[in-house]
Amino acid sequence: MNKFKTLTGVAAPLPLINIDTDMLIPKQFLKTIKRTGLGVHLFSEMRYDEIGEEVKDFVLNKSSYRDAEILVAGDNFGCGSSREHAPWALLDFGIKIIISSSFADIFYNNCFKNGILPIIVDNDTRDDLLKDAENGSNARLTVNLEDQEITRPDGSKVPFEIDEYKKHCLIEGLDDIAVTLDNREKIDIFESNTFQKFPWL
Amino acid sequence: MKIKTTLYDKIWDHHVVSRQSDGTCLLYIDRHLVHEVTSPQAFEGLRMSGRKVRAPHKTIAVPDHNVPTTIDRTKGIDNEESRIQVEALDKNAKDFGINYYPVDDVRQGIVHIVGPEQGWTLPGMTVVCGDSHTATHGAFGALAHGIGTSEVEHVLATQTLIQKKSKNMKVEITGVLGAGVTAKDVTLSVIGRTGTAGGTGHVIEYCGDVIKNLSIEGRMTVCNMAIEGGARAGLIAPDDKTFEYVKGRPHAPVGKNWKLAIDHWNTLKTDEGAVFDQIVHINGSDIEPVVTWGTSPEDVLPITARIPQPEDFDGGKVDAVRRSLEYMGLKPGDNLQDVAIDTVFIGSCTNGRIEDLRQVVDIMKGHSVKDGIRAMIVPGSGLVKKQAEEEGLAQKLIEAGFEWRMAGCSMCLAMNPDQLSPGERCAATSNRNFEGRQGRGGRTHLMSPAMAAAAAITGRLTDVRQF
Repeated sequence: MNKFKTLTGVAAPLPLINIDTDMLIPKQFLKTIKRTGLGVHLFSEMRYDEIGEEVKDFVLNKSSYRDAEILVAGDNFGCGSSREHAPWALLDFGIKIIISSSFADIFYNNCFKNGILPIIVDNDTRDDLLKDAENGSNARLTVNLEDQEITRPDGSKVPFEIDEYKKHCLIEGLDDIAVTLDNREKIDIFESNTFQKFPWL
Repeated sequence: MKIKTTLYDKIWDHHVVSRQSDGTCLLYIDRHLVHEVTSPQAFEGLRMSGRKVRAPHKTIAVPDHNVPTTIDRTKGIDNEESRIQVEALDKNAKDFGINYYPVDDVRQGIVHIVGPEQGWTLPGMTVVCGDSHTATHGAFGALAHGIGTSEVEHVLATQTLIQKKSKNMKVEITGVLGAGVTAKDVTLSVIGRTGTAGGTGHVIEYCGDVIKNLSIEGRMTVCNMAIEGGARAGLIAPDDKTFEYVKGRPHAPVGKNWKLAIDHWNTLKTDEGAVFDQIVHINGSDIEPVVTWGTSPEDVLPITARIPQPEDFDGGKVDAVRRSLEYMGLKPGDNLQDVAIDTVFIGSCTNGRIEDLRQVVDIMKGHSVKDGIRAMIVPGSGLVKKQAEEEGLAQKLIEAGFEWRMAGCSMCLAMNPDQLSPGERCAATSNRNFEGRQGRGGRTHLMSPAMAAAAAITGRLTDVRQF
């Protein structure tokens, strides 16, 4: 996984609440056995019409947002299914940061596993950043993960909170599985103790 | 004095392998359920890094999302991508030596129906699957939740997950349910009350007389939709009904182990006086038969209600409701019962069990599906289908005008050919009414199997209490 430290990029506004995983990546694109190539299908039903033409009004189809690397969105982003195809599609499109007032649990976890940083801010900050993002390609935000700080286009800074361990994994680009396998002995001991206590397991 | 703990606290504590100073834990996983859509990349990851499945005997795979539900599916899957995905699971199950129920096995079905049916799901366990509706297994007092594909790979390789503990939330439903009110109405009404983000960061324990009096099938319906309320998992304390359901199933403990298991399972309950971070109380007699009208599972109203105005809501919900009503083709102020439907879908991990089919047969007595309505029943597993055929339910349903299908997820998420066309409106017993969920432009109203049967008879959203 790539290491994440700081990023300056265009932020696209998506002021909808409850953006669900079916909106992010509809089911017909879950039939892949790969992790890549899903960016073109991101927000498919909002981004393209019935005959596959781009919907002009959709934010990511506007010329100033085609290279967006940050999304600012309404409450409860990523609700619905556990499909990791949602963060894969975002990443493949080029989105590396999502800012919202809240995220659905499984989606939130899935982001970290793919080097995407989901940032939770309060409602007022979200609304301020949505306004910033409406300024097209001038809407550049800088996110510094180490200092836990978003710099707005006017230079003002907004702090954000993040779980220490998750931050550490993103900054170091850690492979979770390798880290856990270093604890193999602990898992072995746990397993044998549990089997003594609960032999039906 | 002993610290008072909740059911969630207890199951969590039993599974902590190690704990870091910031509270991040390595949690042991007792059962890992796998299906064809969220697993191929995980198995590929194992191959690329030369890793094995740590506990193949605790890992159970079954194809369900992509499989056709027509009788002729024995001939194979037409859609090439779907076929490749199912074939990949066939191969991965074989290569890694995990328990497997292929498409042509009578035990095949929706992963969350197969797990409990085969006795893989037991009280006090941790159960995960690359599927958000893993919450279903909480009905047995198991801590069960959905995970992404990276976590699927993590569990395959290590039989653990890196987790932080969630908060405790209690949803207590007291009293008794009125006529025509089912487990589905209970779970939808809870989400209507708390919202789809109401449970975020929490594990819900459902309790109270209404929950106690539900069958195990009904409890699975309730826990299944905990995720639609934003919760990490839903739990119900196991009791004699649970033990009775589990006993004698192929992978349930037997003999001396059964006795030991019962002793342990009897301790799986929240201590009196344990503290919850959030409590919701609902009186069962206030719950009515409900339907959803919008594109979020929180858009729930009693069937007797009228379609709301966007202005009835606050904040971001005002625009969301405007968008929903436009998508759903509904006019504020109209009666829900005047909304005509085109399709009825009965099935899914929420309502694809034998009891659900019995509910439908009860309502259909002396009635048939209205002309012009497409009505489909997709049993949750091959064994549910077989049982329904043996009980004579299938014959009655076919005579009433339903299509009788093979087991799978089917039109709940429409990854197979069972889909809605744009603008088509469906009375569905599934769990999500998101835009495009059952097919691009399709309009979904969620409800109980009994309410879906009533809608099939009249061709519109209907109060089941008329029948």
